[in-house]
Amino acid sequence: MLTILQVILVAVTVYVFAATLYNPPPPISEVGRAVDEQYKLTLWVTAVVFVLSQLGIAYAVWRFRDHGQRSHFSRGNNTMEFIWTTATIILFLGLGILGRRAWAEVRFMPPAADAVQVEVTENQFVFNFRYPGPDGKFGRLDPKQVSASTGNPLGIDSNDPAGKDDIVVPTLTVPVNRQVELHVTSQDVIHNFFVRELRLQQDAVPGLIVPIHFTAEKIGQYEIVCTQLCGLGHSRMHSYLNVVSDADYDAFLKSGGQ
Amino acid sequence: MSSHAHGAHAAHAMEAPTGFIRKYIFSVDHKVIGIQYFLLALAAVLVGIVLSVLMRLHLVWPNMHLPFVSGGLMTQEQYLSLVTMHGTIMVFFVLTTAPQGGFGNYFLPIQIGAPDMAFPRLNMLSFWVTFLAFVAILAAFVVPGGAPISGWTGYTPLSGLGEVTGPGEGWGQTMWIISISLFCLASLLGALNFIATLIDMRAPGMTLFRMPLTCWGWFVTAILGLLAFGVLLAGGILLLLDRSAGTSFFIPAGLVVNDQIQPHSGGSPLLWQHLFWFFGHPEVYIAILPGMGVASHVLSTFARKPVFGYRAMAMAICAIGFLGFMVWGHHMFVSGMSPYSGFAFSVLTMSIGVPSAIKTFNWLGTLWGGKIQFTTPMLFAIGFVSLFVSGGLSGLFLAQPAVDNLLHATYYVVAHFHLVMGVAAIFGIFAATYFWFPKMFGRMMNEPLGKVHFWFTFVGAYCIFMPMHWVGIAGGIRRYADASAVAYLQPLQPVHHFMTIAAFITASAQILFLINFFWSQKSGPKASKNPWNATTLEWITDSPPPHDNFAGHFPSVYRGPYEFSVPGVKDDFVPQNLPPQEVARTKE
Repeated sequence: MLTILQVILVAVTVYVFAATLYNPPPPISEVGRAVDEQYKLTLWVTAVVFVLSQLGIAYAVWRFRDHGQRSHFSRGNNTMEFIWTTATIILFLGLGILGRRAWAEVRFMPPAADAVQVEVTENQFVFNFRYPGPDGKFGRLDPKQVSASTGNPLGIDSNDPAGKDDIVVPTLTVPVNRQVELHVTSQDVIHNFFVRELRLQQDAVPGLIVPIHFTAEKIGQYEIVCTQLCGLGHSRMHSYLNVVSDADYDAFLKSGGQ
Repeated sequence: MSSHAHGAHAAHAMEAPTGFIRKYIFSVDHKVIGIQYFLLALAAVLVGIVLSVLMRLHLVWPNMHLPFVSGGLMTQEQYLSLVTMHGTIMVFFVLTTAPQGGFGNYFLPIQIGAPDMAFPRLNMLSFWVTFLAFVAILAAFVVPGGAPISGWTGYTPLSGLGEVTGPGEGWGQTMWIISISLFCLASLLGALNFIATLIDMRAPGMTLFRMPLTCWGWFVTAILGLLAFGVLLAGGILLLLDRSAGTSFFIPAGLVVNDQIQPHSGGSPLLWQHLFWFFGHPEVYIAILPGMGVASHVLSTFARKPVFGYRAMAMAICAIGFLGFMVWGHHMFVSGMSPYSGFAFSVLTMSIGVPSAIKTFNWLGTLWGGKIQFTTPMLFAIGFVSLFVSGGLSGLFLAQPAVDNLLHATYYVVAHFHLVMGVAAIFGIFAATYFWFPKMFGRMMNEPLGKVHFWFTFVGAYCIFMPMHWVGIAGGIRRYADASAVAYLQPLQPVHHFMTIAAFITASAQILFLINFFWSQKSGPKASKNPWNATTLEWITDSPPPHDNFAGHFPSVYRGPYEFSVPGVKDDFVPQNLPPQEVARTKE
C-alpha cells in the first residue's frame, strides 16, 4: 500500500512538473530567462534525486517487508558513504555556483550610465514612482512635508528647485528595450516590489535605498505586487508596470505622467 | 563521573513524592515534566490546527460565517492575526516543545541510563516558564486590539511602532514579544540541562558513539538552542525597548506613517532580521533534528537491522547543526542585504544538502535488506523520510538567490517549510508517540486505528502541500487575506479549493489520534517491558519506569544501540546492557 502511494506520488508530481501545468508567464527580460534556465536545471537535478529516493523507498518497503526472513546484517558501507557524499557535494555545490550568473547580472553589475532612473517609494498601501523630470534631477525630500492628502506623498521639498518638475505617479511606465534603474525604498514599514514577468523581487526597506535594474523587452502591462507582509491592506497593495514604446514613453514624460 | 552522578542521586529513589501537587503539577521528575511538555504541545497543536483550518476556509470561501471569529465574517486583520498566531504557536509551542521538551526530557535520561536530568528543579522551572509563555501568547487574542498581524517573524518597523501601523500592533504585539522572550528564557535553561545531563550522567560504558541517535539529535538540538535562543531573547528585549522606551534599535529616521513623522532615528530594520534569523534558521533544525533521531531509531528497530552508517548519521547531525548557524541569510536574499553576502549564504545553504542527503541515503540503507514490520510508528518513520526528501529538495530552489527572485514569499516557500519542518517534524512526533506510548503509559495504543490515522495524515499532507508548490511557482503570494486585487491569482483558486478540502479532512483525521491517545491510556492492553523487542536502555525497565527509572539497578552498557539480527546470536536483538557472556548464541 505504501509502495503504491509512493509510486502515485512520484507519477503525479513528475506529470505536473513535466507538463508544466502551473508555470509563471514567460519572462520579459534576459535576466528573467537566466533565472528560468537556472530553475529548470535545478528542477532536473532535484527530479532525479526525488524520483530515485521515493521509488527507492517504495521498492524497499515492498521488497523487504517481513515475510519470515532474517534481515541481512550490515552496519554500513564506507565506500558507498564516500560515493554519495562526493556525488552530492559536486551536484549541490555545483548547482549553487552555477546559480551565481543570473544573480550577478542584476545585483553585482552596475547599471548602464544612461539607464532610466525611477525612484520607487512604498507606503501603507500604495506604490509611488518618481521620475526626475526634464532637469534629470530628483528634488530633495523632507519628511516633514509628507502629506498624501495635499498631493505630496513623498514630501518633495518645496524649497528645492530640482523638485519642481519631478513626476510622481502610482504606476510604473518604462520604455521597452532600455535599461531602467529603480531606487527602491519605503516610508513606513517594509514592503516589496515584485514583477513576476521580470523574475525580479526587492524588499522596500525604510532607511535604505536599494538599486536594482532591468531591461524589459516586451511591450505590455504587468502586475506589480507587494510580497512583504506590511499590515492590514497588504493583499490589496497593487500597481502596474507599463512597458511602452520609446514614442509613448516620451509622450508620457512630456505630459507629466498622464 | 557516572558513578558520582548516581551517588548524588542515591537519595532520589527515596524522594518519590506522594502529594498530588508535587507529583503531577510542580514535579521535578523528568518523566512527569516530559509528559507536561507533551500535553502543552498537544493543546497548542489543537489551537494551531483550528487556526489553519479557519485560514484555509477563508481563502476559498471569504463570505463564509466561521466559528471562533468575532463578527462571523473574517476581516483582513483577523486573517493576518491568524497567520501570525498559527506560525508562532506551531513553531514555538509545538515543534520546539514536543520533540525536545517532551520526548527529549522523558527519554534522554533513560536512554543514557541516568536517574533524572542533571538539574531537576531547573527542569521544572523551564516547563513552567514555557507554560507562562503559552498563556501570554493566548492572551494576545483577548487584549485590546487583538492578536498581532506582523507574522511569526515579527519584522519591524511593522512590529516596532505600536498600533499606528495596524490593528493588533499595540497590546497584541507586546504580548507576542513577552511570550517569545519567556519562551527563549525557558528554552535556554532547558538546553543547559540537556547538555549537562548528556555529558555528565551517562551510564558506565555509554560512550558517545554508543548513544542512540535520538540522543545525538537531542544533544545537538540543545547546543543549537543554547546558541540561538539567547540571540532572539536579546532581539525581543530590544524590540520591546523600541516600542515602549523610545529607543531606536530597529527604526531609522524619517519614517512617516499616516502623514505622521515617527519619533525615532538611527536604527536598522535589517538588524532585527539578522537577529531573528540567526535564531530562526537554527530553529528549523531544533524542530527537525530530534525527528531525525527518532526516524533512525524506529527504522532500525522495525527493519530489525542496525542503522546503516551509524557514525556517518551521528556526524551528519553534527554537520547539519554546525552549518545551520551559517545560512540564516538565505531568508534575506531580497531584503536589501549585500548581494555578495547573499551568494555566500547560498553556497553554504546548498552545502547543508550534503549531510541531509547522507541521512536520506543511510535511512534507505537501513531499510535495504531488512525485515520490515509495518507497525504504526514504523509507518510514520517511513513517512518522515518521504516527506523530508520532498520538502528538502524544494529547498534547493529557494537556496539560490536567483531563483528566489521568483519564489520568495510565494506559497512555494510555505509548501517547502511545511513539508520539511512542519509535517516531517510532526511525523517524527507521531512516530515517537506511537513508539514510546507503551513505555510512557504502560499500555499499548490501538494499531488498526493508528494505521488509519497514518494513511489519512500521509495522503492528506501530500494533498495539501504538494499542490501548494505549484501555486507558488505560478506566483501565488503568501500572507494574502484575499486574492481579489491581483488578476493572475484568480486561476489558482481551484487549487486552493482542493487544498482547503484536503486540509479539512486531514485535520479531522487527527481526532482518530486523540481518541487513540486518551482511550489507550485507560483501556489499551497492558504493555510489557519491551513490546517491540528493542535494544536501548528505556526497554530494560518497567513500563512506565519507576521514579528513578531503574529501581536502583543502574545499567552498564556493553555495545552500540542498534544490535539487531547479529549473526551467530539466537535472538534478533541484543540489548545494550546485556553482558557479552549472557548473549545467547546459536549452535553453529
